[in-house]
Amino acid sequence: MSNDSTKKMVTVALGVCLVCSILVSTAAVALNARQEKNKESDKIKNILIAGELMQEGIDVKAVFDSKVQPEIVNLQSGEFLPESDYNAKLDPATFNVKVMADDPDYGTAIPADKDLARIRRMPKYMTIYIVKVNDQAEKYILPIYGKGLWSTLYGFLALNSDLQTIEGITFYEHGETPGLGGEVDNPRWKEIWKGKQVFRENGEVGITVIKGQVDPDDPDAQYEVDGLSGSTLTTRGLDAMVKFWLGDSGYGPFIRGHRIQKEEINEQG
Amino acid sequence: MSKVKKILLDPIFNNNPIAYQILGICSALAVTSKLETSIVMALAVTFVAAFSNFAVSLIRNHVSSSIRILVEMTIIASLVIVADQIIKAYAYDISKQLSVYVGLIITNCILMGRAEAFALKNPPLLSLLDGIGNGLGYAFVLLFVGFFRELIGSGKLLGIPILPLVTDGGWYVPNGLFLLSPSAFIIIGLLIWAIRTWKPEQIEEE
Repeated sequence: MSNDSTKKMVTVALGVCLVCSILVSTAAVALNARQEKNKESDKIKNILIAGELMQEGIDVKAVFDSKVQPEIVNLQSGEFLPESDYNAKLDPATFNVKVMADDPDYGTAIPADKDLARIRRMPKYMTIYIVKVNDQAEKYILPIYGKGLWSTLYGFLALNSDLQTIEGITFYEHGETPGLGGEVDNPRWKEIWKGKQVFRENGEVGITVIKGQVDPDDPDAQYEVDGLSGSTLTTRGLDAMVKFWLGDSGYGPFIRGHRIQKEEINEQG
Repeated sequence: MSKVKKILLDPIFNNNPIAYQILGICSALAVTSKLETSIVMALAVTFVAAFSNFAVSLIRNHVSSSIRILVEMTIIASLVIVADQIIKAYAYDISKQLSVYVGLIITNCILMGRAEAFALKNPPLLSLLDGIGNGLGYAFVLLFVGFFRELIGSGKLLGIPILPLVTDGGWYVPNGLFLLSPSAFIIIGLLIWAIRTWKPEQIEEE
């Protein structure tokens, strides 16, 4: 049979496609478990980075288990979900922000006028990570996400136990332009966040990512973070993201609740 | 024997896909800011080039010339996905750094070029060797560029400090230009100059 006959061509094309699809799906299925494990340990690693617990050569999982305590927060009430209410979906170990945001029961649509971070849907619960030293909360690591220019950035914002001072920020997944918006991964830029204040005295979210560099003499300098040069839209996205997540639709209720509790404890003590 | 050797080793200096044929430059710029990513990328391209050549050669007598490009692309694309999956499973950190460039191996002209120029006309085993040889040629340039970019750009090799940096109390001020893509052009240019001075027969006639 000639190679140019329609029958032969279709047979060859189908054969090639069949073999290739078997090859690709075998690889995808066989390696899936390992890849998921990698993603999980990468996430844990980023939690440790945000909490400044990460060092070269440590056993990531062991450090995470010994120093970090995950808790599920009901974003609306700001309260921790008691462990007795954990279920198959609400479990800190398997909590997946993307899945939860789309879940009909546990996700919720964000009204357009409040959707600063341009994420449309968000989970009603979030798993946060508390770094504990001698059983005292030292840092709170809060997952955040929001739109940049090309992609949704997923990361963590670490707050001091006063829930006012930023301890660090890190992103574990994004697709911003390398060298421009991709500089969110730059350690020097991340260092700028450290020590910045979140809330103004009147309780409003003060933290702002500005365009350009912060003038150290500006009275608002403690609330301001340098934008990324050459990436106005990523910078805007970052600004909106932190404002959204630290505001009333995000962790606002949780932060208020926990600061009040702390003050009471301090007064008693 | 000498034919086998020629197929395998010619692409390294005599007929280098990047330095002589000037193919596959894009990825050579994008992934060579560190030696580690260069090595993984070179391995991935060698893997894909070898097996795509082999597979194309296996079915070369049964493919109509009117659909051969589609068939080649299907095979190359599938192998690239497999390579990408393997890197994601076994070298996750590097896969994050390589990001889209592993997927973009599909568009690397070396692969289509070898399938068209060699695998369609030669038996499977020789085609496999030709793929490996061209992969090695690509690897040679990538490692050469990666070596100098990482050494000059950050004073390190494979992440191990070689030249003590000023910021760590040493004497070396890293040259940031070498972390940017244009530096790869400069290094590849110098490499081509060096190879053509050594082997003047590669110089095109004017």
